[in-house]
Amino acid sequence: MPAEQGLRVLIAEDGAADRLLLAQIVRRQGHEVVTAENGEQAVALFAEERPDLVLLDALMPVMDGFEAARRIKAMAGEALVPIIFLTSMNEEQGLVRCLEAGGDDFMAKPYSAVILAAKIGAMDRLRRLQATVLEQRDELARHHHHLLNEQRVAKAVFDKVAHSGCLRSSNIRYLQSPYALFNGDLLLAAFTPSGDMHVLLGDFTGHGLPAAVGAMPLAEVFYGMTAKGYGLVETLREMNAKLKRILPVDMFCCALLLNLSFERGTVEVWNGGMPDGYRLSAAGEVLSVLQSRHLPLGILAPEQFDDRTDILPLTAGERVFLLSDGVVDTGDAKDRLFGVERLREVLAANRDPGQLFDEVMQALERFGGVPRDDISLCDIRMAEPGGLAPVAPVYSDSGRSSPLDWSLSLVLHADSLKRFNPVPYLLQFLQEIHGLRPSSAVLHSVLGELYSNALEHGVLGLDSRLKQDAAGFAEYYRERGRRLTALSEGFVRIALRVEPMAAGGRLTVEISDSGTGFDIEKVLARPASEKGLSGRGLHLVQRLGVRAQWLDQGRRARVEFGW
Amino acid sequence: MTDEHIDHKVLSDLREVMEDGYVQLLETFLEDSVRRLSLLHEAKDAHELGMAAHSFKGSSSNMGAVGLAGLCQQLEERVRQQPLYGIEDLINQIDQEFVEVQRFYRSERERVSAG
Repeated sequence: MPAEQGLRVLIAEDGAADRLLLAQIVRRQGHEVVTAENGEQAVALFAEERPDLVLLDALMPVMDGFEAARRIKAMAGEALVPIIFLTSMNEEQGLVRCLEAGGDDFMAKPYSAVILAAKIGAMDRLRRLQATVLEQRDELARHHHHLLNEQRVAKAVFDKVAHSGCLRSSNIRYLQSPYALFNGDLLLAAFTPSGDMHVLLGDFTGHGLPAAVGAMPLAEVFYGMTAKGYGLVETLREMNAKLKRILPVDMFCCALLLNLSFERGTVEVWNGGMPDGYRLSAAGEVLSVLQSRHLPLGILAPEQFDDRTDILPLTAGERVFLLSDGVVDTGDAKDRLFGVERLREVLAANRDPGQLFDEVMQALERFGGVPRDDISLCDIRMAEPGGLAPVAPVYSDSGRSSPLDWSLSLVLHADSLKRFNPVPYLLQFLQEIHGLRPSSAVLHSVLGELYSNALEHGVLGLDSRLKQDAAGFAEYYRERGRRLTALSEGFVRIALRVEPMAAGGRLTVEISDSGTGFDIEKVLARPASEKGLSGRGLHLVQRLGVRAQWLDQGRRARVEFGW
Repeated sequence: MTDEHIDHKVLSDLREVMEDGYVQLLETFLEDSVRRLSLLHEAKDAHELGMAAHSFKGSSSNMGAVGLAGLCQQLEERVRQQPLYGIEDLINQIDQEFVEVQRFYRSERERVSAG
């Protein structure tokens, strides 16, 4: 088979007639020929002419073919320059020497033009293959370098975004492999304006940059909406809608979201496709498992998306432990998975929460033997109310446009109550008043509390005393969901009035509902043991030191903020 | 010329491959062979003799001089077995065979040049 294209062939042969004959055979096959009479000439000609293939007589004067082959191979470096030894030797030893010296094939005398053409053709294929492999290797190395560089840049940018949150809070402990982001893992935490804490542990499908690109918009929504005081439900809906809109069909994000309310001693949970999280007692016992009950973010259309969350009690010192699937999916040499059982054993054996991550990592190493780059662990401790100092938001406007003399009344009827939470919008508006900004955390808490009182106890008629233990807690929120879905009439009215005063101003908030009202004296007189989880939020409002009144037999709450 | 000296198939192949260079190939072989023959005679030890016989064998076989190639191979094998006595006979046979080969290739050259 002739070579595809003419090659430059170096022929080194000391016999003049043999050289003449061989040169003619090779030339007739369409190649360019350079000839040498001995090994030394061959090496010099190789350096000068850089032929593609060498035909080398084994036994030559001055320098024999074996030595010439070694030198030519050394000069050729990584490129394959095939050497075919020409020999009338037929002893095994001689042929072995040819190959050991770097020869790729040999050719016996007398020469056969047909066999030589076939050999040159075969060697040319090898040569091209090697050239292709080298080319692809170099290209791969370039791409790899490029990719690493992109990842470095993306990581630097992303680290800035991710760390604008409150992951460094004293109640959060977390561990992430350095390039976990490029395995799709994402961990975010931020304080809400009322001092609650939102935490998100997410896991995008895929690896590398594609897995990381979705993280930016997701973080943007998470931080933006948390800072504006939106609850988990609104934030979840927005994140799902955004990912659904921008991600390709086969990409989505498993996520576990938490809202830790330090004031209320509760944790609100939504888990879509992440491994079980754990609610732990102060001593580390598992109180309950936070299972996935939803599809991941970015799959369902907004109208099908299920934003139902679970609200669980979590008292100061109790913890929530979250992990990515890299932990339970770690495999050993026999492809067995680390699994939930082994994780539970580690949790059960843990005595010092500070050592938990180390213990998990050690258990993984003992099990799989291979360190992984897709591990995220997060341990969040419930703090005492006011025990953490949220970072104060920075405002960029001058305050000259503060509106100081206005009033507003907003009435939400049944259909709106089902799907809309007006509090973040109102708070956003109230942020325009400079004098209120120092008390914005209290304002968030009070407005949020009074609104949910009006909705849950007033409109829905739920009894807060249900919430005196964990089981009742779950029952309470199940019932809330049931009644809200069935709601056909009722309203909550929110009235705001802002008045300028001598040196500052005053905000009056009135929230009234269509419910049957309640006996304020009786609720406030309840024993302290009931106050933890129930009490219509009155204790919370009182504790925040706000002037509060209940009018119309408890159907209308009025609070005032002065500055 | 009988087939024990020359393989005529090889020769006709050579003529086809070499085209216009056929005569030059014949001349080169004849000149080169004279040199190789003198190397055989001047060899100072068994190793040199073996090398010379080996090279001569290779070029003879390429040219279709099968008788000469066969004798060279015998010589190449013989020098590996000491003592070398009686080896002169083999060298003499090679000399005689080359005379035949020389005569044949010269006439071949004349024939081709004339044609």
